[in-house]
Amino acid sequence: MRRGFSLARISAILTKEFIQMRRDRMTFAMMIGIPIMQLILFSYAINSDPRHLPSAIIDRDHSAFSRAVVTAFANSTYVDFIMAPQTPEEAEKAMLAGKINFIFEIPEHFGRDIARGTRPQMLIIADATDPSAASGALAAAGEIINTGLAREFSTALASLATGPPPVEVVLQRRYNPAGITQYNIIPGLLGIILTMTMTLMTAVALTRETERGTMENLLAMPARPLEVMVGKVLPYVLVGYIQIIVVLNAGRFLFDIPFEGSRLLFFWISTLYIVVNLLIGFLFSTVARTQMQAMQMMVFLLLPQILLSGFMFPFRGMPGWAQVIGEVLPATHYMRLVRGIMLKGSTRFDLIADIWPLIALIVVISALALARYRRTLD
Amino acid sequence: MTLQTDSAEQTPAIDVRGLTKIYGKRTVVDHFDLRVPKGAVYGFLGPNGSGKTTTLRMICGLLKPEGGSGTCLGWDVIEQSDRIKTQVGYMTQRFSLWEDLTIAENLDFVARMYGLDNRKDRVKTALKTLGLYERKNQLAGTLSGGWKQRLALSACMLHDPKLLLLDEPTAGVDPKARREFWETIHDLSDQGVTILVSTHYMDEAVQCDFIAYIAYGKKLIDGPSGEIARKIGLSTWKVEGPGLGALSKALKTTPGVEQVARFGTSLHISGPDKAALEAAIAPWRDKKELVWTPVTSGLEEAFIHLMKEVKDNFA
Repeated sequence: MRRGFSLARISAILTKEFIQMRRDRMTFAMMIGIPIMQLILFSYAINSDPRHLPSAIIDRDHSAFSRAVVTAFANSTYVDFIMAPQTPEEAEKAMLAGKINFIFEIPEHFGRDIARGTRPQMLIIADATDPSAASGALAAAGEIINTGLAREFSTALASLATGPPPVEVVLQRRYNPAGITQYNIIPGLLGIILTMTMTLMTAVALTRETERGTMENLLAMPARPLEVMVGKVLPYVLVGYIQIIVVLNAGRFLFDIPFEGSRLLFFWISTLYIVVNLLIGFLFSTVARTQMQAMQMMVFLLLPQILLSGFMFPFRGMPGWAQVIGEVLPATHYMRLVRGIMLKGSTRFDLIADIWPLIALIVVISALALARYRRTLD
Repeated sequence: MTLQTDSAEQTPAIDVRGLTKIYGKRTVVDHFDLRVPKGAVYGFLGPNGSGKTTTLRMICGLLKPEGGSGTCLGWDVIEQSDRIKTQVGYMTQRFSLWEDLTIAENLDFVARMYGLDNRKDRVKTALKTLGLYERKNQLAGTLSGGWKQRLALSACMLHDPKLLLLDEPTAGVDPKARREFWETIHDLSDQGVTILVSTHYMDEAVQCDFIAYIAYGKKLIDGPSGEIARKIGLSTWKVEGPGLGALSKALKTTPGVEQVARFGTSLHISGPDKAALEAAIAPWRDKKELVWTPVTSGLEEAFIHLMKEVKDNFA
């Protein structure tokens, strides 16, 4: 036997590691899949200068001037006017529900006042729960109006070229007037923390039994899949509650995050979200063969939940395909719900569009997990 | 067959036919027929990987057979495994209770899974019978091999099963614990519990009422344990004296001798053909220092004989 440093032994270990790596197909797939996913998500889906944010326009003037301004905003690609409500209340409701980021309101006699040079006011209400989503469009607003008007009326309004801007833009940053980013981050973080820990807890639920050999005993006893699933999921709901309490109190005492809405509603939607994540974890553990694989699957799901849910980057600023994926992710809906309840004081009627997806996910994932659950050792 | 006449008046505890399990291209259990009368101790013998565990798992619904049919405790093995599970106690080959639960917690969990009444009393009684009542709060993982095995047996009997499936229950257990274990098995059998037990040990096999010998997923023979050797029709001579090592070597290559095995200070020489065997040993019969006696073939000789035949078939 050779003593001391041996290249032969190193190569023996190295060969063994390679063989094992090759046998674990899932790990291999993840090693290739995760970088590709990151590359695509980071480079295509993320846009720190969000465009095409859904907006409402209330035009009370209906003049050539107001239409020119609206067109200018639409052409700027910062906003897409998806609704033209008759009343401000209607627009406000849409904003509470998180359907629009901006409300543009053009007052009566807008065109006349521009022509007279009396500088009419134009109101832009921004949903500032996510300050970064609002900033781009707001910063460019004055310039957009000027160029829009100039293109149409350069000859008629000589004063536009010189002098003060023809329109006075009034900005309202709704829900987060100071534009504090923590207001946006903390509720989002809650969603990410919960998805990370909850999924992990149950992801190893069955694989642990398999790896320790206790699965054989569990299966030999008369237990139905639903009983196993509910029994494995429920204890961690309590863990989820504890995490919520910790994060909320930290948010409140460290960052002064407001809590405008109903705590009861918050409790219910959080319960839904926790259960969704626990069920996803359980589903993973019915698919994975080892705890390691289950954890890799969790990481695989965590990435899009962080990047495409509106946590790191404004959701409405992402390309369409990324938004479609985002809509399927539970974190997306939970963040909207939490931001809505905490910052906007939204009620369950405002938020129904984001509540039912969570319920639907619970149903679908449970069904998948129960279908996948192996009742035998095959 | 003797087996069937014995149990004709009763429906057998296990009655399966053509049980087949295939993994990929490998047939692990091949058209397995098994009939276990109620209250019998039925031994499964066979080398490692012969399909003993797989067969046990199919009977208790842990594996889905690719083919075959039959009943276990009157219920369909394929369709009604939920019902079977409530009446069967299955002791796995590897310790499969929860090592991070205490002894008492493990038993309590099992009792709850079977929905037993008087749970606390049952667990307490089990702990006392087991002799672990004082150590009930010890983690199961910290128990020694023998105690783990007894705990596992106790756990799988908690719900008073009508059928016990024991997969190599005495592997790695010391001789004293093994003897105690078999006493328990016979007590249970007397109480009417049917026991299907797989084992490697010949001394355990003789304790069974019936034996089935399995190799390569096929049942080679089955019947009452006392009749197996006779059924095979093997003759055996015992020889005692000095120089057995050389004798053993010489006899192994002699035609008519199938196997030569050392039993303590003696050799057992066996062959399927009585006349050929006697002819083979004739040159040594006259030696004064050697004592030759004809003996009844044991189970071990019978099974080694079976294995040799099978190997030829599979070569």
